[in-house]
Amino acid sequence: MIDTARLKAWLRRYAELIHVHKDELTALDATIGDADHGTNMDRGMQAVLHILGDEEDANENIRPAELLKQVAMVLISKVGGASGPLYGTAFLRMAQAVGEKEQLNEEDIAQMFAAGLNGMKERGKADLGDKTMVDAYARAVSALSSSLAEGFPLKESLAQAISAAKEGSDQTIPLIARKGRASYLGERSRGHRDPGSLSTVYLFEAALVFAGEGEINHA
Amino acid sequence: MLEQGMDTPFLRPVGLVLVSHSQAIARGTRELAEQMAGGMVPIRDAGGTLEGAIGTDTMRVIAVIQDVLKLAEVAIVLMDLGSAYLSTETALEMLDKSFRSRVRLSTAPFVEGAIIAAVTASTGASVEEVLKEADAARFLPKQ
Ligand SMILES: Nc1ncnc2c1ncn2[C@@H]1O[C@H](COP(=O)(O)OP(=O)(O)O)[C@@H](O)[C@H]1O
Ligand SMILES: [Mg+2]
Repeated sequence: MIDTARLKAWLRRYAELIHVHKDELTALDATIGDADHGTNMDRGMQAVLHILGDEEDANENIRPAELLKQVAMVLISKVGGASGPLYGTAFLRMAQAVGEKEQLNEEDIAQMFAAGLNGMKERGKADLGDKTMVDAYARAVSALSSSLAEGFPLKESLAQAISAAKEGSDQTIPLIARKGRASYLGERSRGHRDPGSLSTVYLFEAALVFAGEGEINHA
Repeated sequence: MLEQGMDTPFLRPVGLVLVSHSQAIARGTRELAEQMAGGMVPIRDAGGTLEGAIGTDTMRVIAVIQDVLKLAEVAIVLMDLGSAYLSTETALEMLDKSFRSRVRLSTAPFVEGAIIAAVTASTGASVEEVLKEADAARFLPKQ
């Protein structure tokens, strides 16, 4: 079961991945945007780290929904670019999806991510093929739920979700951007990966901690 | 200038909120629009991030909408690029219901739209009229 502490571990891992790949994300955004996606996400996730507190004295008595809502507020207020309201709204919907639950099972996690997708799509009005983070996110969500439905354990299902997100991100390369700042480039956006699709890959990669994998080593 | 307090008995029908990625664009556009409106329309700007960088600050958008709604019945929000629209919609979701119902989003061109909206609102026009005139700004010939 996944509790608030596990969710925090996921967010810590995500902050770490974003931090490590900050320049890569910014470089992608430099090609078809305004060169700030890595900086934006890193600023946001560093601020999220701040509200998570220490691992040791962490007050884990808040419910998952409360944590997800706080994360949403931080992302909305700190990120600065389009990705702020997009990820922020995703986290708000995740918070609503988990409701009053203290512990989340595999299905809850799948539903949580699916609710996040709906929020992101609702906010950005983007769909598959518009060359955005939705291309990675939507594929990850379908892979996760179908893998769980087929009876695979969470760990394998998350691995499926990660490869689906990567594929979705790869598939943004030949597309023409129809949403976001890159859409102003029209034909010139073709041939480049969408930066948001990659930050979404990391969101799912970080989620491996739900299956006890990929945790930060505090040796 | 319209700097009355909360207890102002008389609210203007329309106020404007200008949301841009750039603090300079938001401020400059507000100055232009205010000049045209002769101080008859409450106008606030929300441009750039908290640090003054290029971007939008949803929290500031919320704050300026609330400011304008102290002085006007309805706040019309104009935005420059797509993600200013995302931030504004997010701001709306976070606003209290009673405020939210008094906010309208305009997809008019930012600078021309703001000026025409300000001029139209300064005549005491209705919200619908202001929205319509601002929208028509996209067909306004420059010469
Ligand atoms: N309308 C939208 N719907 C979904 N995703 C979007 C939309 N607009 C932008 N994005 C995503 O946001 C990413 C850019 O984020 P970021 O650079 O932080 O913001 P900005 O574009 O405002 O500079 C894009 O790569 C894309 O994945
Ligand atoms: Mg950008």
